[in-house]
Amino acid sequence: MICLGIEGTAHTISIGIVEKVNNRCNILANISKMYKPEKGGIHPREAANHHVKFFPKVLRESIEKSEVNINDIDLVSFSIGPGLGPCLRTAATAARTLALSLKKPIVGVNHCIAHLEIGRALTKCEDPVLLYVSGGNTQVIAFMEGKYRVFGETLDIGIGNCLDKFGREIGLPFPSGPHIEKLAKKGKKYISLPYSVKGMDVAFSGILTACLHLLKKEKIEDICYSLQETCFCMLAEVAERAMAHTEKEEILLGGGVACNKRLQEIIRKMANERKAKFYCPPNEYLVDNGAMIAWTGLLMHESGIRMKLEETKVRQNYRTDEVEIKWR
Amino acid sequence: MEIIKRGAEAIIYLATWKGRKVAIKKRIKKGYRIKELDEKTREQRTKREALLMMAARKAGVSIPIIYDLRLNEKEIVMQYIDGYRLKDIIDEKNEEWQKKICNQIGKNIANLHKNGIIHGDITTSNMIYKNGRIYFIDFGLGMKSEEIEDRGVDLHLLMEAFKAAHRNKNLFSWVIETYEENFEEAEEVIKKIDEIARRGRYMRRIS
Repeated sequence: MICLGIEGTAHTISIGIVEKVNNRCNILANISKMYKPEKGGIHPREAANHHVKFFPKVLRESIEKSEVNINDIDLVSFSIGPGLGPCLRTAATAARTLALSLKKPIVGVNHCIAHLEIGRALTKCEDPVLLYVSGGNTQVIAFMEGKYRVFGETLDIGIGNCLDKFGREIGLPFPSGPHIEKLAKKGKKYISLPYSVKGMDVAFSGILTACLHLLKKEKIEDICYSLQETCFCMLAEVAERAMAHTEKEEILLGGGVACNKRLQEIIRKMANERKAKFYCPPNEYLVDNGAMIAWTGLLMHESGIRMKLEETKVRQNYRTDEVEIKWR
Repeated sequence: MEIIKRGAEAIIYLATWKGRKVAIKKRIKKGYRIKELDEKTREQRTKREALLMMAARKAGVSIPIIYDLRLNEKEIVMQYIDGYRLKDIIDEKNEEWQKKICNQIGKNIANLHKNGIIHGDITTSNMIYKNGRIYFIDFGLGMKSEEIEDRGVDLHLLMEAFKAAHRNKNLFSWVIETYEENFEEAEEVIKKIDEIARRGRYMRRIS
């Protein structure tokens, strides 16, 4: 079975084409185009316009790359939520159009779960705790009693959003994470910041405010260093707590912020200390990508999940634990 | 020193202190944290836990007495309660006993919440039974709060713990009975528990 998946929850429009061979995920194509605002953060409508503009090109390139005939595609999947309304609707419209014109079934995929499933497919982990860290989302997810449950999450903004907002204030381009990572490497002095872990949840807005207050007093490299160390250790702590609670021995990373090498190092150390296994897919599949939507759509379809066209309405606030998991 | 329990954050040792049998809770170093942050976090947590325990005691809730606070070592030296984990014995007891104990727990939680204390991990594993009395232990996830949400989450966890680990389905309602009698804002909190349960996200395996 070959599935074409469309990702479009936020800044990235991406198409992945995957097939299942010997029960393994084989990615035939994964083509992405990311919207980068000239200044400021993501403007949802601008991002959606970007997706409309680039969709035909991304589609053409992905078909070419995969070397499949478009009529050989068996299933169309798309990111149904959570995400920014205008972006979601754009991807959904594209998916419906494609499914109708190809006369193939359509299925809507939960974006957060797709991050987890592609991680499971591309690494050797089986039943991990996922630390999912991106611009809008920060969640600790694990499978229990028939569902992917959220054991911890941010109480205010996503970790990526925290980094981007700080970056914007100091004049870094979007996304700011990679630039902050570079600056942090030159930082030497740890400046004390609020450390906000509540049970298995985290909060970042207080840290962001504290960092902004430091701008006049401290070196920018030291602030970036302290910001990263504080936020990433909070994430390691809640991830560890979730592992202890669920008695799982694998930790998997997902989301764009997981490209950060220092975060990877911290989580790897945490895993080693408790003799657990650490898994991290390649960067291309950490950030938003169509392949994860295609792969999860394929799993859903194979497990018997079907959606009528009327059921493909987007869900901006779609929660991870709402999804019925029939394929595990 | 004998290790009684090894958690994600701390280790509990059994030891002797001035001739007394004591439990020492030591927060362990985390290699993934830079030294400055590790020191600060462990020290603050140790201090906060000790303060919460003392506040709980003042509120009339039985807890192990704190004998010594060693901030440099990130250790709390406390009374060793030589009793039974409630989790291990409650199922074997008769209904009358269970009701009496659950009523006592409800009153204790009411006293905590009334005084702005959230335990953060109320399960039957964190209660010790000795001579007719329930001692609350492990305030490691606790905090000071008067928010209905935090109180709701606190009680919801106990509800889940009862559901997951114990047979008698009435246990939680007996806790609620005295919680209501002893706390004016109980009604609001109980409403909140339903809402929290519907979110379905605080589910966890209770050990």
